[in-house]
Amino acid sequence: MGLDLRLPIGLIFVVYGILLAAFGLLSDASLYRRSLGVNINLIWGCVLLVIGLFFLYSARREKAR
Amino acid sequence: MSLMFRIELSLVDWLILLVYLAFVTTIGYLLKRHMKTSEDFFLSARSIPAWITGLAFLSANLGAQEVMGMAASGAKYGLATSHFYWVGAVPAMVFVGVFMMPFYYGSRARSVPEYLKLRFDEKTRGFNAVSFAAMTVFSSGISLYAMGILLTALLGWNFHASILLSAFFVLAYIFLGGLTSAIYNEVLQFFLIVAGFFPLVFLGLKDVGGWSALAERLGNVAVSQGYAPGAFTSSWRYLDDPAHNPMGVEWFAMLMGLGFVLSFGYWCTDFLVVQRAMAARSMSAARRTPLIAAIPKMLFPALVILPGMIAMALTASGSNFQLPRKEDGSYHYDMVIPMLLAHYFPAGMLGLGLTALLASFMSGMAGNVTAFNTVWTYDIYQAYIRRQASDSHLLWMGRMATVFGMGAALLAAYLTTRFNNIMDFLQLVFAFVNAPLFATFLLGMFWKRATGHGAFAGLLAGTLAAAAHHGWSLPKGSSPGIKGGWLGLWTSYPSEMAQNFGTAIWAFGACFAVTVGLSLLTAPKPDAELRGLVYSLTEKPEEEDQSWYLRPAPLGLAILAAAVLLNALFW
Repeated sequence: MGLDLRLPIGLIFVVYGILLAAFGLLSDASLYRRSLGVNINLIWGCVLLVIGLFFLYSARREKAR
Repeated sequence: MSLMFRIELSLVDWLILLVYLAFVTTIGYLLKRHMKTSEDFFLSARSIPAWITGLAFLSANLGAQEVMGMAASGAKYGLATSHFYWVGAVPAMVFVGVFMMPFYYGSRARSVPEYLKLRFDEKTRGFNAVSFAAMTVFSSGISLYAMGILLTALLGWNFHASILLSAFFVLAYIFLGGLTSAIYNEVLQFFLIVAGFFPLVFLGLKDVGGWSALAERLGNVAVSQGYAPGAFTSSWRYLDDPAHNPMGVEWFAMLMGLGFVLSFGYWCTDFLVVQRAMAARSMSAARRTPLIAAIPKMLFPALVILPGMIAMALTASGSNFQLPRKEDGSYHYDMVIPMLLAHYFPAGMLGLGLTALLASFMSGMAGNVTAFNTVWTYDIYQAYIRRQASDSHLLWMGRMATVFGMGAALLAAYLTTRFNNIMDFLQLVFAFVNAPLFATFLLGMFWKRATGHGAFAGLLAGTLAAAAHHGWSLPKGSSPGIKGGWLGLWTSYPSEMAQNFGTAIWAFGACFAVTVGLSLLTAPKPDAELRGLVYSLTEKPEEEDQSWYLRPAPLGLAILAAAVLLNALFW
């Protein structure tokens, strides 16, 4: 129906991934005391980025076909 | 509700929330130009691929009350809560996909009440349509209220602004893009819910020291409450006697009450979920919709029940995470998820976690609103008010119904703030009306002799039997009133859950018996009118050319085998 849903899903995951990973890189380590010393923003941001890129890639491949 | 502290949001959290709101509205806006006929608006022109309808099928049921409620049950009852998934939802989802979808989708009915009209008669449809429409409005009202209370307590937001704004966004994207927009957003919301809660489980499990440390700490909790050490970490082992498990339920009530009547009644007859499958682009996609939903559903206990168990273990072993208590000293079980979010998530992830919570509120609400506007327009307005309405008029009415349905939900939310008891009472009434439904559909689809008079009388009898059973029974430790016993005391149950299962079993039995009895006394519809509506008069869908994992029956069997395996693994 007109809009390939993988595009918005991919896009929002890429935006969130970049936002979280960048914030994770720039923020102070003391912020992560509550998350047991794990820089959860950086790690999860990278995971979301990869998932988002995968959705965008698969939407693109479908379109090319 | 007062909590010990309040979450402060930073700029990055706000950004994440705003990006989410921008996306859901944009999706609605982009779909607007495809909404040309009423079938586009209410049925997505039956054009959506199975993976999307499947995830929407799951997500429409994944309202925040469901998520927070399952975490609460995880804390209260432990792993036995997984029965709602592995015994409740999954077999029912396989059944609706393999056996019932051929009639829902194949009959070209546009809604579940309309199927009842085709199969039985006008009065059966009217009864179902009116009670269902009223129920959807009240449930979205109650979930709006719950969200307003939560956001006020957690973030210090204004109650009115919280509920008006979120109602506005849901209204906007459905008004623009109809069911397609709701479905697309439900899938987006599904991924966000997983993305927001998964790290929470990871951090919680790391903090508690892994599964075996969790089991050990919960063992202490179980012993301190007078159960065997494994009572919180076993699904079946302690169901031999209601006194041996914190749920207060034994295996027969679990299998019959929850497994058979309640969950089949919900997943197989509730238009809120069935509507998603009806929007699929082919019969095969419609049948696969609930099956695709069942796969992630099976794994959801890890995401929604496990946090409750973790919260309980941490609280009881004196860690620095503590569940808040109510004034009477009992725990605020419903606060498990929000409290864990606040405890573990730093700025950044906190925004994503709140977005996940907001997404689950919205997906549940949107499910109710789209089901309401369809039933209102097709089964009430077109059926009784304006029979000759043109299609463009129906499309307009659908948009209007979205607006006044949301308005009525807001009204219900405000009524809840004033009269909490009325809402409890209404929920109880709806539970009585819903309890017998599965018997009606089962007989309707698989016994061609069942008649409209039989079905209607059966539904009434089942509803009355549910009310009567509730009126004559009480859970242990409650006083007569909203909890039951208002007709006198005939039997008592070890817990409220056991009483609910009992009510469901009685309602189903009464509806089944009365429908069969009266059907035999009244004239059936001729076979020609039942073609495509009843099992014995419908040709089996062709599917031999597809690979096995695309065919409903083998896929369903594989899913059931996986569910059995999970039950065995956590025996």
